[in-house]
Formats: sequence, structure tokens, C-alpha cells
Amino acid sequence: MADAVCRVLRDGALEGEHATSLTINDSVDSPFGPTVFHYVFTQLSSFISSGKSQSRGIVLVTFSRSPSITAELLKNRGIDVAGSHEWLRVLDCYTDPLGWKERLKDHGVIKTPLTEASLNVTVCKDVRKLDDLFSQILTLGKGLVGDGKNRFSVAIDSLTEMIRHTSLSSVACLLSNLRSHAQVSSIFWLLHSDLHDLKAVAAFEYMSSMVANVKPLTSENTDKFYLLEQSYKRGEFHASLKRRNGRVRVMREEFSIENSLIKFTSIAYGENAVAQSLVPKVQFNLQLSDKERSDRAKVVLPFEHQETEKSVQIYDGRKSDKHESNGASVEKSKKQEDSGRGEIIYFRDSDDEMPDSDEDPDDDLDI
Amino acid sequence: MNRPASLLDNALNLESTQKGRVVLVEDCVETSGAFVLHHLIKRFLSSPNLSSSDSIVLFVAFAQPFSHYDRVLRKMGCNLAAQRETKRLLFFDMLMLECPDDGVEGGLIALYGNIQKAVEVNSSNKNITLMIDDISLLEVAANGSTKDVLNFMHYCHTLTTQFGCTIITVLHEDIYSSGDGFTFPLQMEYLADITIKTEPLITGLAADVHGQLTILNKGMIDGFGSSKGKIHNFHYKIKENNVDYFYPGSRS
Repeated sequence: MADAVCRVLRDGALEGEHATSLTINDSVDSPFGPTVFHYVFTQLSSFISSGKSQSRGIVLVTFSRSPSITAELLKNRGIDVAGSHEWLRVLDCYTDPLGWKERLKDHGVIKTPLTEASLNVTVCKDVRKLDDLFSQILTLGKGLVGDGKNRFSVAIDSLTEMIRHTSLSSVACLLSNLRSHAQVSSIFWLLHSDLHDLKAVAAFEYMSSMVANVKPLTSENTDKFYLLEQSYKRGEFHASLKRRNGRVRVMREEFSIENSLIKFTSIAYGENAVAQSLVPKVQFNLQLSDKERSDRAKVVLPFEHQETEKSVQIYDGRKSDKHESNGASVEKSKKQEDSGRGEIIYFRDSDDEMPDSDEDPDDDLDI
Repeated sequence: MNRPASLLDNALNLESTQKGRVVLVEDCVETSGAFVLHHLIKRFLSSPNLSSSDSIVLFVAFAQPFSHYDRVLRKMGCNLAAQRETKRLLFFDMLMLECPDDGVEGGLIALYGNIQKAVEVNSSNKNITLMIDDISLLEVAANGSTKDVLNFMHYCHTLTTQFGCTIITVLHEDIYSSGDGFTFPLQMEYLADITIKTEPLITGLAADVHGQLTILNKGMIDGFGSSKGKIHNFHYKIKENNVDYFYPGSRS
């Protein structure tokens, strides 16, 4: 499902439409927002570097992490960093966001800061001027894909820092300009939602076609330290995808961190395990084995519409003479051809028992 | 000198090869976190596993004068004055720092410049630790502007990636009332890799336990090495010249 989100980003936007956009929300309770952000980033990177996506390049605007960490990350994921010049530009708003280092360097207090050599990095010296930032992003993107119809993606880590330096409305304006730009295919950003008030979070969610929430696991166990321990290893990933027709698809998934890699698993397994452990210990066997479960799934229920394109004979109470044998009326859903499938056989106790019928049971009432 | 590593050392796992981490000590009025800071100063200045020229401590003091730390550390068996002579401890006395009203130009930028200058001079040494005691008073010095403090902390954070510095800071959590959207402690928690919380026992005061420590180690979850997200919780008792750490219930 996290892959579904990445695929939507990969497919990008149609001609004349806003760029696909994704908000990744996290909170301090589950500190994996950056991990999810990097997961999406590397997935999209591998799509782009192998030419499978609509966008031909990606511009990473990094506020909270050094570009050297991004280089390290790409290396760990087996993505060729030397070849990244073809499709990746980094706008570094981390190293010197307010120009302090520049000023100190001019006064001769400090030396020139080192820049990351393996990636193509541009350092932004004043992040408070969002207009400049916008044109810088566009210049970098056009430098990758040219002026034609080719498109590029934008990744912002994170909006929280951006809002701190400027204001909510100007950040919203920047994002809206980026989304409506004809050459932007997709855009995604990270937001630490508990640092902002609800209206800021909602504003960004309205501007995105997908919202992913990283949440701690919900658990019955109320032990504070148990919960903390768990939420530093695993969490839940809630995503909602807005379709063009206005329908919203909501999905949930569980993730765990193993060897600094994030793994997504369908949440159904987890719930099943919980449900099974909640069953009280009784003498009866309430659990089903795997074979029993698969057998149960094969049973054909006596419904008329089995989508097998064969007419199903259902006893309707009027044709009982045909099927009568040994004094009991037998109703069969249908002949079994496959011996592996189950069937339901219904024995009517006696002829006194009224079969189900379409008749209104209340028609004798005189109201 | 070669005492077995305490629970605190094990929980912090600072000896691992990872560099450039941010440690945040969050304390409250009932349980001051100063002892954690003292422990860490001593650890970095007289660690048995590191040869003595390997580590440098930059101490930015807003809370106490040098003589205070000197006295405390002397009881713990570490001579700060001597360390200062040999330039292994660089002490920035910021008790009188007052930022000009019209911004941070003279105050925080200059302070950051001094810190980075000191880091650059010593960057051939392997371990540089920057300690700030404490953030809340830094905020006072910055005329209460949390934005400036966060910007300053961001610039300090760039030192961790560029020079592999470790940053250790103290924050008084209870002076920021929660609920009114004041998110400064949360911002600092996002910045930190390791958060150490000192809290009083939930059950109240006790003679043998002075409080509990909760250590949240986010680990480096962005690519380097192992991703051990670890939580540690234990009690402590502060003695005259050292501190005992023990798991709940392991003392009668």
C-alpha cells in the first residue's frame, strides 16, 4: 500500500492538472516520519533513474538533514550516487539557512564550510525569501529536464522548518505555485504535525492528493514503557488517496524497522494474531487449522448468485415432490463436480415446517 | 577509575562508532538533571577507553559559573581547572550574555561563530563534545525568542554532520506548560537522537530513590549502522560524590 502511494507519485499528473502531491505527517510519538519520507524518496528515485516514471528528475529541498546523509542513504539502498547527477539536484537549506556562516566567513571568523561532493548540491543562503526559493527549485528542475514538456518531481524535508522561518500562508503559496506549474509531475513533503495547530495541518492536507499519517501502534496494553518500546520499533501507516471523482480511498498498514530498513506489512495479520490471543482458554477447540480454514473457504453457500453461470436449483417449497427421498426433502445447492469443494445439504425436518417463501408473513393481519 | 560501566553509560552507548549525535536532558524542578551533565563531562574528559588527547569538551555555560562545575567535578575525581589549562575543556562563560534587541547579530551569531571557530581549530581531534547548560537560559539571553534559539540549535546541529560533534543540552521541561500550543520542548525532542528524562517517582518521594531516568534512544534511523530504537528506564540515587543507578525493585 505504501507502494501504491509511490506508484501514484510515479505516474504523476495528467496534462493540465495539478501535480500529484503527498503529505507525510508524523508526530513525536512515532519518530519514523523521516524514515517513511526517505522510503518514498528512494522508491521514487529508483523509478526515475530507471526511466519508469513520468518525471525525469527530482529536486530535493532539504531543511532538516545534511545532503551527506542523503548521499549515504542512496548508497545504502544500492542506488548509484555517481550517476545521480543525471536525475537528482539537492537544494541545501540545511547547511546555512539564514546566512550566518556566510556572514561569519566574511568577517574571517570561520573557514569555508565543506560541501558534499558526491551529489549535485546548491546551497540556499536565505530561506526566508520563498520567491527566490521557488525560482531556485524551478531552475534546478529545468536544469535536469530542460524547458520542454519533460517533468520533474520535488521533495521537501520538511515543511515544519520552512514554516518556522516564514509563515503558513507563504509556504502554502509556494506549494500551490509548485503544484500548478506545468513541469512539476509530483511533489511530496514531510510535516511534523504535532508542532502545528490543526488548521495548518488541514491546510496542507487539502493541498495534497494523498495524505500519509505515521502513527504509533494502537495496543490494548496500557503499560507506558511497553508502548514506548513498541513505538520505537513499529508503527502504523494510514494513507488516504483522493481520486479525481472525489472518492477517497483509505488504507492502513503496519510497518516495522529492521536493520534500518522499513518494512510494510498488511495490517490484517496483526489483527488476526491479536484476536486469537484474546480468545479465552476453553476445553473446546475454537481455533481452526489452516486446512480447515481453506476447506471452509471452499464451501459453496446455497445462494442463487454464485457467478458460475450455471443455474442453481433452490428448493422453493413447491416442487418438493421431485426431490423427496426417504421421507425427507433434500435440497442441494448444486451438483458437486469438484470433490475438494464443500456443499451445504439442508434436510427439512418435516412437511409441517413451512418453507421460506415470498409471501408476506403479515398479510393476515387486519389493521 | 575503571569502575564497571553504569546503567546510564550502557543506555547511552556513546562509545559506539556512531558520531554526531544530539543528547537532550529534560529535567524538572523536583529532579534536576544536572547530575547527568556532570556525569557526562567527567565521562568525556576522563574516559578510560579514549586516549586523553582524543576528546575535547566545549562547555557553554548559561546557568552556573566555572567555579561551580569545578567544585562538583572535583568531588567526582576530575580536575576541571587542569583540563582547562591543557585546553581539553573550553569554557564559554555566557552568564552575562545579552542579545541586542534588534536581532541576534551580536549575540547568538557571534556565539555560534566562536563555537565553530573552536571546533575548526580542534577538528583534527577525534571527539568534540558541545555542552550547553541550559537551553532555557539561552532562551532568556535571546530575549525569549524561541525562534532564534531554534535557529541557533539548527546551526549547532550542522556541526554534528560536518565535524561529527556530539551535542549535549539541558532543557527544563516543566517551565513550558503543555496544551497551549507551546511546542518548544517537542521541537527539541525532534532534534535530539537521545532524550534523557529525569522525573520524580510517580508514587511520590522516597528516601532511597531520588527519581527515575527514562532514556529514549532513537538511534540513527537514517542509514548508519544499526537501528536500535531502545527505551531504558531505571531509578537513581544521588550520593555525595557519585550516583547509583538501578532497576526498579532491585534494591531492598
